Amino acid sequence: MRKVIMGNHALSYGAMLSRVQVIAAYPITPQTQVVELLSEMCADKVLDAQFIKVESEHSAMAACLGASLAGARTFTATSAQGLALMHELLHWASGGRLPVVLGNINRAMAPGWSIWSDQNDSLSQRDTGWVQFYCGSNQEVLDSVIQAFKVAEKLHIPAMIILDAFSLSHTYEVVEVPEQEKVDEYLPPFQPKFRLTPDDPHAFGGLTSPDHYLELRYKLQKDMEKAPALIEETGQEFQELFGRKLGLVDPYQCDDAEIILVTSGTAGYTACVAVDHFRQQGLKVGNLRIRTFRPFPFEIVRDILSQAKKVAVVDRNISYGHHGIFYQEIKSALYGHSPVPVFGYITGLGGRDITLDTFRQIIEETQKNDAPSERISWIGVKK
Amino acid sequence: MKADKEIKKKRMRLSLPPEEYMHSGHLACQGCGATLAMRYALKALGPRTALSIPACCWSVIDGPFPYSSLSIPIFHCAFETAAVSAAGLKAGLEMVGDKETTVVAWAGDGGTFDIGIQALSGVAERNDNIIYVCYDNEAYMNTGIQRSSATPYGAWTTTTPVKHYKNRPKKDIDAIMAAHRIPYLATANISYPEDLYRKVRKAKDIKGTRFIHIYTPCPTGWKTRPEDTIKLGKLAVQTCIFPLYEVEDGSTWKINIKPRDKKPVKDYLRLQGRFRHLNEEAISFIQEEVDKKWARLLKYEEVSPL
Amino acid sequence: MKKQEPTPKIDFKSEKDMPLAPYSLGLMLHNFTGAWRNIRPEINLKECIQCGICWKFCPDTAIYIENEYPVIDYTYCKGCGLCAEECPTKCITMVEEEK
Repeated sequence: MRKVIMGNHALSYGAMLSRVQVIAAYPITPQTQVVELLSEMCADKVLDAQFIKVESEHSAMAACLGASLAGARTFTATSAQGLALMHELLHWASGGRLPVVLGNINRAMAPGWSIWSDQNDSLSQRDTGWVQFYCGSNQEVLDSVIQAFKVAEKLHIPAMIILDAFSLSHTYEVVEVPEQEKVDEYLPPFQPKFRLTPDDPHAFGGLTSPDHYLELRYKLQKDMEKAPALIEETGQEFQELFGRKLGLVDPYQCDDAEIILVTSGTAGYTACVAVDHFRQQGLKVGNLRIRTFRPFPFEIVRDILSQAKKVAVVDRNISYGHHGIFYQEIKSALYGHSPVPVFGYITGLGGRDITLDTFRQIIEETQKNDAPSERISWIGVKK
Repeated sequence: MKADKEIKKKRMRLSLPPEEYMHSGHLACQGCGATLAMRYALKALGPRTALSIPACCWSVIDGPFPYSSLSIPIFHCAFETAAVSAAGLKAGLEMVGDKETTVVAWAGDGGTFDIGIQALSGVAERNDNIIYVCYDNEAYMNTGIQRSSATPYGAWTTTTPVKHYKNRPKKDIDAIMAAHRIPYLATANISYPEDLYRKVRKAKDIKGTRFIHIYTPCPTGWKTRPEDTIKLGKLAVQTCIFPLYEVEDGSTWKINIKPRDKKPVKDYLRLQGRFRHLNEEAISFIQEEVDKKWARLLKYEEVSPL
Repeated sequence: MKKQEPTPKIDFKSEKDMPLAPYSLGLMLHNFTGAWRNIRPEINLKECIQCGICWKFCPDTAIYIENEYPVIDYTYCKGCGLCAEECPTKCITMVEEEK
């Protein structure tokens, strides 16, 4: 069925179609509609789930962990400060191997208070052991929730669906809402490899000595390394059933491109408009939108980018004292494999719009210079 | 030989069920009160129980991975989250078809009075269907005896040295919990195992958030002799320092033990190294505070239901 | 209430033997806490009135009942002395361990 829905409701529909069993969440702008709709779905019994209306995001994630450990399919959603408050428990989820799925609306971190988009909230959680999907459309948000459960539950690793504040969360788009039966076919009920039950009592997460900790983390990384192939495989399966592709990356006009933009989130779609615009003017530009940030899809990124003459990474985030975070990843992916120069741009922090003009500036600067500057190139700073 | 025959005909008298869910080999210090609390509570709860245990002595007592001292499943959860982890666990169990298991949050005083109070308050306000047990040894014992808001006035801890002993009263967590109007609240004490057992049994059959606050002496942290653990528990009740009572629906107070001859707090304090530095003036101040609190409790019972 | 049998130690030869997440696979009964003991309780059964108080107040579950009498399990008894202190007939005495 086709519906015109906002990005936040795409998350809710994704969770509903995934037949989540326990939801625990706390309101925060710009996430709130996600859980508003889910609470209505629970109240109307469209969704057979328990909704625990907790008193903080920290408690939201804690409740999700308990529920997931019991073997229930579990979902929550948050944003910025809320995600930061969850931080401790994000480690708990991955270390405990509990496949919770979380929707995060990218919102800039305070202070000053900002409710507008940038990626520093979710990228600050880079090393917590979660799979991270950055979405570019409401359709992709809905589809990603369903795929995320499939990937997360198979690997016993939690997954985060990430979308931009307002430019996706509150923007209405036409979304194909798949039929429940087809989703059921794609995503069977959660069959955990272990769970907490008095029928077979175990103590989960006890004191772990240096004799064992290293091996447990080794296993987590080894399973994380299985994720790229699994994402491609489940994405393929998704395409066969629903006709829409869900891959690690979304390349646009990259095959013969001289300059490839590297983008994520909604900027990834604006970038495609820029690509078309510049191609009309005879400049061979392409765009590589990164969908899966963790695990980072090194191989495919390397294959695509090493064919270009220049790479321009657009970061709506910053690691203070270093550079853009995607920029670092791209450099690391190419190091020792390709000499292609990588230009890094930072723009759009705190919800400043990333427009066609932003990309025009980025492409012109990349075209003009033979080698990237040692310093960060900021786009749009009023100087 | 004659004595042997007499032995055979008489049965051992046990005031608690013989089943054990807490087993030997655990890592508690000698004379640990928290361990007794667990042993008794599990006797009352039975095998269809699941626990969430945040950072506290019990996260060590239980033993390291890949072991446990309990034949009851445990979720070792984050420090602040005992209550809500239990609530999540309960919801999850119900959603996978297990409606029967009693889920119990089992936390120390730090995890209850301090860092876990927000999640606990949330659970109590929603009346989530769990039992919350706070075993109270009146300081952060697991990290090495630092003061908590459960540490009583006058006590030495490693962060309240004798020159700056704790000069604020113990937080009245029971009043806070009663104010949430939860269906059942009780204080209990390891020196009164039958009373403790009865209260946990009673809690088990009630729906909603149930809060049980158990007094558990800590020989290591209190600088007491391990063999005095039970004696201290009895004195805590006889001096009215830790009265035993129940509150139903946040409105009906019932005191379980009213000492006929209230013992002076001095009898209790002098057994403990943590109070050794207190002068007469400080001791009489503590006595006055205990008397006031006891009088207030009697009043609560008198005017119940509120 | 019954005598507990020691459980085996669990050794992982490789990460492949380990579970995905850190969860327990056995009890702590391999840990013979009797080694912590400096003084040992000894029961004079002739004076014992079978009241069960020593059993009840043992924090280490190290007193079991056999033939209607308490027996101290020295494999696990940590020697805290609570049983001796609480025994109403004082038929349990704490005796220095010889090491």
